[in-house]
Amino acid sequence: MTEAHRHIFPYVIALGDDALVLGHRLSQWSSRAPTLEEDIALSNLALDLIGQARLFYTLAGKLEGEGRSEDDLAYFRDAAAFSNTLMVELPNGDFAHTMVRQLLYAAFTHPYFEALATSRHPGLAEIAAKAVKEMAYHVRHAAEWVIRLGDGTDESRQRTVAALDTLWPYVGELFEMDAAEQELARASIAPDREQLRPIWNATIDRVLGEAGLDRPERPPTGPTGGRAGKHVHLAEMLADMQSFARAHPGAAW
Amino acid sequence: MSEKPIPLWEVFIRARSGLPHRHCGSVHAPDATMAVQAARDVYTRRGESVSIWVVPSSAIVASDPNDKDQLFEPTADKIYRHPTFYDIPDEVGHM
Repeated sequence: MTEAHRHIFPYVIALGDDALVLGHRLSQWSSRAPTLEEDIALSNLALDLIGQARLFYTLAGKLEGEGRSEDDLAYFRDAAAFSNTLMVELPNGDFAHTMVRQLLYAAFTHPYFEALATSRHPGLAEIAAKAVKEMAYHVRHAAEWVIRLGDGTDESRQRTVAALDTLWPYVGELFEMDAAEQELARASIAPDREQLRPIWNATIDRVLGEAGLDRPERPPTGPTGGRAGKHVHLAEMLADMQSFARAHPGAAW
Repeated sequence: MSEKPIPLWEVFIRARSGLPHRHCGSVHAPDATMAVQAARDVYTRRGESVSIWVVPSSAIVASDPNDKDQLFEPTADKIYRHPTFYDIPDEVGHM
C-alpha cells in the first residue's frame, strides 16, 4: 500500500461525515420549514447530502476492507470518530442561519467536487461527478434565499447579518488540510482546498453583493478541531440520529 | 413585520421532449425565480420533468362555470368530431 493509499480511508470518511451531518441537520427542518414548498426543498437537499454520504461510506468500507457497511459507519461510530467540520454540526437556528450555512458550505463544496471529479482515484471521481450537479443546485437555492432575506424586510436582513456573523469564522475549517490530505493532494487523489478559495470568494461576494450585505471584514477563520474528532454539538445530534439503528442492530429499512 | 400574502403560481411540467407542458399543480413563491425553484422541488422529485413553466395564477383567465351549458353542451351529439375513424401510423409518435 502506498503512502497515499494509507491516508485515503480517513479522507473519504471525512467527506462522508460532512455530508451526513449536514444532511441530518437539514432533515431536522422536516415539518418545521416556513412554507410547505420550502419544507420539501429542504428535505430534497437533505436527501442529496445523505445520498453522497452513503456513497462515500460505502467506498470507505471497501477501502478499509474490514467489512464495515455504510450503516456501520453512519450509526455505530461515536462522535470522536467523526471528522466533520464544526460548521455542519451547529444546531439549525433560524431559517436565515440554515440558508447562510447552505451557501457557505455549497459555495465551497460545489467547486470542490468539480475538482474531485478529476481525481486519480476512480471511485472518488465517480461520486464527485454525481454530487457536483446536486451541489450546483444547492448553491443556487441558497443564493436565491440569501439574496431575498438580505434584501427583504428589516427583520430578515437582521437575521441574515447575524447568521453570517455567527457562521463566518467556521468557514476556515473547510479549507484546512492535514499532512495526510496534503499527501493525497500531491498524489492527485484529493483537490488542494486552498486553490478553491478564489472561486468561493467570487460566489460569496456575488451573492452578498446582490443581497446588499457587507462581507464580514475579519478573515473567515475560527473554531477548529472537527477534523480531529473534537466536536461540540455532534454527540447530542448523534444520540438522536443513531438511537434507532442502535436499538435494532441489524435491522434493514 | 409586514405580512404580505405570498403569490400563487400555476406549474406546468414537460415530462419528455416532444410532449406538451401539462398543468400539475401550484406553488406559493415571492417571485418567478423562486417559483421555478419551488416547482422543481415540489413537482419533479421523481424524475417527472425536463422543463418547467410557471405562470402567476392571477394571469389565468377562466371560463365562467355558469356558461357551461352554452360552451360545452353543444358538442355532446357531434361524435363525428372524434378522430376515431383514422388509423394513426406508429411513426407519428405522440399526438
